[in-house]
Amino acid sequence: MTDLKALEETLLAEIAAAGDEQAIEAVRVSALGKKGSVSERLKSLGSMTPEERQSFGPAINGLKERIGSALAARRTELRDAAIDARLARETLDVTLPVRQSPAERGRIHPISQVMDEIAAIFGDLGFAIAEGPDIETDYYNFTALNFPEGHPAREMHDTFFLQKGERDQARLLRTHTSPVQIRTMEAQKPPIRIVIPGKTYRCDFDATHSPMFHQLEGLVIDKTANVANMKWVLEEFCKAFFEVPSLNMRFRPSFFPFTEPSLEVDIQCDRSRPGEVLFGQGSDWMEILGCGMVHPNVLRFGGLDPDEYQGFAWGMGIDRIAMLKYGMPDLRAFFDADVRWLSHYGFRPLDMPTLFGGLSA
Amino acid sequence: MKFTLSWLKDHLETEASLDEIVEKLTMIGLEVESVDDKASLKPFVIAKVLTAEQHPDADRLRVLSVDTGSGAPVQVVCGAPNARAGLVGAFAAPGTYVPGIDTMLSVGTIRGVESRGMMCSERELMISDEHDGIIDLPEDAPVGTSFAAWAKLDDPVIEIGLTPNRPDATGVHGIARDLAAAGLGTLKPGAVEPVDGKGECPVKVTIENPDMCPGFALRLVRGVKNGPSPKWMQQRLIAIGLRPINALVDVTNYVTFDRGRPLHVFDAAKVKGNLTVRDARAGEKVLALDGREYELSPGMCVIADESGVESIAGIMGGELSGCDENTTDVLIESALWDPLTTARTGRDLGIITDARYRFERGTDPEFMGAGLELGTRLVMELCGGQPTEPEVVLGNPTSKEGEIVGETGHHYREVDFPLAETKRLTGLDVGREESVGILNRLGFMPKGDKDGETIRFVVPSWRPDVEGKADLAEEVMRIHGVDRIDPQPMTAHNAVNGRTLTTLQVRTRTAKRALASRGMMEAVTWSFIPHEHAVLFGGGAENMRLANPIAADMSDMRPSLLPGLLAAAQRNANHGFADVALFEVSGTYESDEPEGQRRVAAGVRRGTARMDGQGRHWAGDAGEVGVFDAKADAIAALEACGAPVANLQIEPGGPDWYHPGRSGLIKLGPKNVLGTFGEFHPRTLEALDVSGPLCGFEVFIDAVPEPKAKATRTKPRLDISPLQAVKRDFAFVVDRDVQAQTLTRAAASADRKLITGVRVFDLFEGASLGEGKKSLAIEVAIQPVEKTLTDEDFEALAAKIVENVTKQTGGVLRS
Repeated sequence: MTDLKALEETLLAEIAAAGDEQAIEAVRVSALGKKGSVSERLKSLGSMTPEERQSFGPAINGLKERIGSALAARRTELRDAAIDARLARETLDVTLPVRQSPAERGRIHPISQVMDEIAAIFGDLGFAIAEGPDIETDYYNFTALNFPEGHPAREMHDTFFLQKGERDQARLLRTHTSPVQIRTMEAQKPPIRIVIPGKTYRCDFDATHSPMFHQLEGLVIDKTANVANMKWVLEEFCKAFFEVPSLNMRFRPSFFPFTEPSLEVDIQCDRSRPGEVLFGQGSDWMEILGCGMVHPNVLRFGGLDPDEYQGFAWGMGIDRIAMLKYGMPDLRAFFDADVRWLSHYGFRPLDMPTLFGGLSA
Repeated sequence: MKFTLSWLKDHLETEASLDEIVEKLTMIGLEVESVDDKASLKPFVIAKVLTAEQHPDADRLRVLSVDTGSGAPVQVVCGAPNARAGLVGAFAAPGTYVPGIDTMLSVGTIRGVESRGMMCSERELMISDEHDGIIDLPEDAPVGTSFAAWAKLDDPVIEIGLTPNRPDATGVHGIARDLAAAGLGTLKPGAVEPVDGKGECPVKVTIENPDMCPGFALRLVRGVKNGPSPKWMQQRLIAIGLRPINALVDVTNYVTFDRGRPLHVFDAAKVKGNLTVRDARAGEKVLALDGREYELSPGMCVIADESGVESIAGIMGGELSGCDENTTDVLIESALWDPLTTARTGRDLGIITDARYRFERGTDPEFMGAGLELGTRLVMELCGGQPTEPEVVLGNPTSKEGEIVGETGHHYREVDFPLAETKRLTGLDVGREESVGILNRLGFMPKGDKDGETIRFVVPSWRPDVEGKADLAEEVMRIHGVDRIDPQPMTAHNAVNGRTLTTLQVRTRTAKRALASRGMMEAVTWSFIPHEHAVLFGGGAENMRLANPIAADMSDMRPSLLPGLLAAAQRNANHGFADVALFEVSGTYESDEPEGQRRVAAGVRRGTARMDGQGRHWAGDAGEVGVFDAKADAIAALEACGAPVANLQIEPGGPDWYHPGRSGLIKLGPKNVLGTFGEFHPRTLEALDVSGPLCGFEVFIDAVPEPKAKATRTKPRLDISPLQAVKRDFAFVVDRDVQAQTLTRAAASADRKLITGVRVFDLFEGASLGEGKKSLAIEVAIQPVEKTLTDEDFEALAAKIVENVTKQTGGVLRS
């Protein structure tokens, strides 16, 4: 029996000393293998007396079992250690930077973003979006919009003309998006509810005037649309666009050849903090758009009877409302394509303006 | 249009405050642009110098003791040469802002002597340029009272921005009429009593071009004594920014602003013979009152005497017949000029004057005679003299519709106004009495039946802008109050809104978002580019050039978005940002017709600005951009636009501005080019003065076919095979000029049912393959559909692939 005890101690010591899978296996073979020390002793049970067997049997089997589980435990221990070692070996400095996702880097120009915001709002009000060419005829840009030949209002437009060439009358770059009013009336019958975003051109260049700029025109024609409706539409638009719960707007009479009555609209704001505009408070009135009832002559030029149809139209600067909302100080920078400006004032491609998600939220 | 408050009150009886007047003006459409209430002059008081002692330490300074009218005299150190005991002047106490020196006064010590205020010059108060000494007032000026009030310099100046339709508001009287109509007081009568003229006007007038001159009234005043006009008139003229010249000239300017009625005065001694109103002759010249000589041409209207052109009608008089101190006999002219002729002439000659401003808007024809009488009265009042009777000649009348005819032949327009029109157009409910009252106060007089639903109104001669009932509705609306219109929701659409964007609009929008999500930044560049750039990119035609560009390098409508983007990339590089990726989705111009405007998405990448990132990186540096970056962008843009990407063909080579061996066309069918891409031709870059590794693309969004309308949104049924998909690799040695596209298509066509994809995974060129050869390795994806494929099946398919490729490319399977 003391012999078994000694054997167990020796084997357990060997197991504990085994440093890898191979060494464990060697111990296992030497103990539990066919000719292993424990196996040999098990075999010897056969030649024992029943009494001897009674006492040695459980002892040797117990030894076998204990050695078996010691081997398994040591094996697990070694495997765990090996995994730990591998993990330690494979460890990386995860603070190393990864490349930025292209969708985070790319930018949508504020003009495009604001046009999408506009489309979201007016789409909800049931307006379609109409477009027209940048190069226009005198007829669509002026005559059909009730600008009489030689009228001072024409001169106020600082029009760019193309070379006349063979033509009787030079083509021009549209000075406003209003020609699309006529093109729309020619193409479809009322009811008409459209907004017209687009490029416009005037021969003027300073911090607030650019020879190319963007305008948003609106046109509603049916049999009842009036100034009160127009006030509602424009107030709803401005509240939604500037994302404020209320806004004070001031409508005052003005003049445009293509509307009668004509109005200009100011919004109340606080500009006392540089670079920041707060709406619905403060003492400044800032002009934001011109509007009015479509002039009877314009309806006639569009092929409509002004006694049957009526409607309203407005125009506002997209760049201007973008500057007001997002605080860009200088219009000229809009067209510089400076990546620092674009990166700062631009929008991420996945920031899609929707009403359900908030225009800019 | 500028005027002062006291001037307004000459025409308007009112108790309203300045603020109320200003607010009302804006709200009735006469937008106030600025108000100078002269508050800056309020702190200055009249003060008397009691003693003036020499400064102990400065030769040119004196120490004054000044009585400011309140408390003990104050000590002031003063350097003005005219500072003396007994002088009465304008004093500013410490704490006063002095506008002329832009300084807030404080108690100071000048060379050791305390000074508690300042005696001011006119320039320091910014009331004139006078700065030779301090203000020196009459001895009886009341010490301690407001200097500005005493000197009548506290008259607030109001400037309104006039819209071009309101000639009547180019005179103070017309503005007063509007305010009175809006309930802010009572309009004082504006009628002018004619003077008692004696004898015929010796100078006769002939109108040769009656269309340009509806009327001409002239009178001689003999024996005038010209000189400076009185202080009240000078002050008003100065207040509105005019320079007083002499009494005769000042009268014409005064009446111009008082009534919107420009007058002209000629020194009769300098006029030879009679006057003729006529078309200018080609090459004819006139020295105008601004001292400049103008060359005239037919279509311009002039007033000539026997020696030539005297003045440019309605715009500016001639220097030679101008009035000065020696003038004793003066001819006063009050005429009507055709607005269009005046506008065109002024524009062509580049002359802007107060007369042109009014005539091109249309002066009141019926005030021509009264204007002459008013001018004569003022001349006689200021300069004395004896007037003749007026000489009045008429041309063609300003209006020929309407039954009532005025003294210049003007036919008064008549407008039928349904009282309900205001409500129809504005939503505003204005009662009959109120509507008619407003129109009456504005000068619109009812004619005939006044009780019906529609009333006929006679339009006053000073309102050429009013043509129809909408104009009258506007008059009622603006006077009644736009702010009284309550916003009214539009007819509700009681349904979920459908789609509002067109396909092109949707594609434009998604193309932008797709390109931005590839790490590019959206630029908006000018639609006009330098002529040389336009030529390089296939444009520059004569009819696409601006006649009046704002700058030489913004002259031609762009045929492509690329030159603008390349220039922008270079600007960024010059700022130190060499790796930039820019795109733009916008218009290009192939012709000046509407259909010549294309919708294009374009982009450029510069340096190492590739989609995955740019520049050096610990995990691997970004390489330089090249043709395949541009190709990937182009295809991504087309995918975003919904183009059938699987059917696109790539054709090597592109337009001239690309590198011929590193560019391509993207086509759909043999004719429809959907886009181009590539690296740029070195000569193009050189001509544009840009450099760098650069590549770019253009995609013609409007060339992508409209998707077919479908009856259902259901997607086609998807059959997922339960059988295992497998991949097989093949490598072929082909001639170097064989296109990868040809090879992959040949492989794919071996079995369109089983082969779901062919991908090129390796390209190798090397001497071992032989001269002019390359190896292309492809991976073919095979998806068994009906049954698991046997080895024989695979062998048969592989053989077919090899056969197809060999047949179409001459390639040999690499062993």
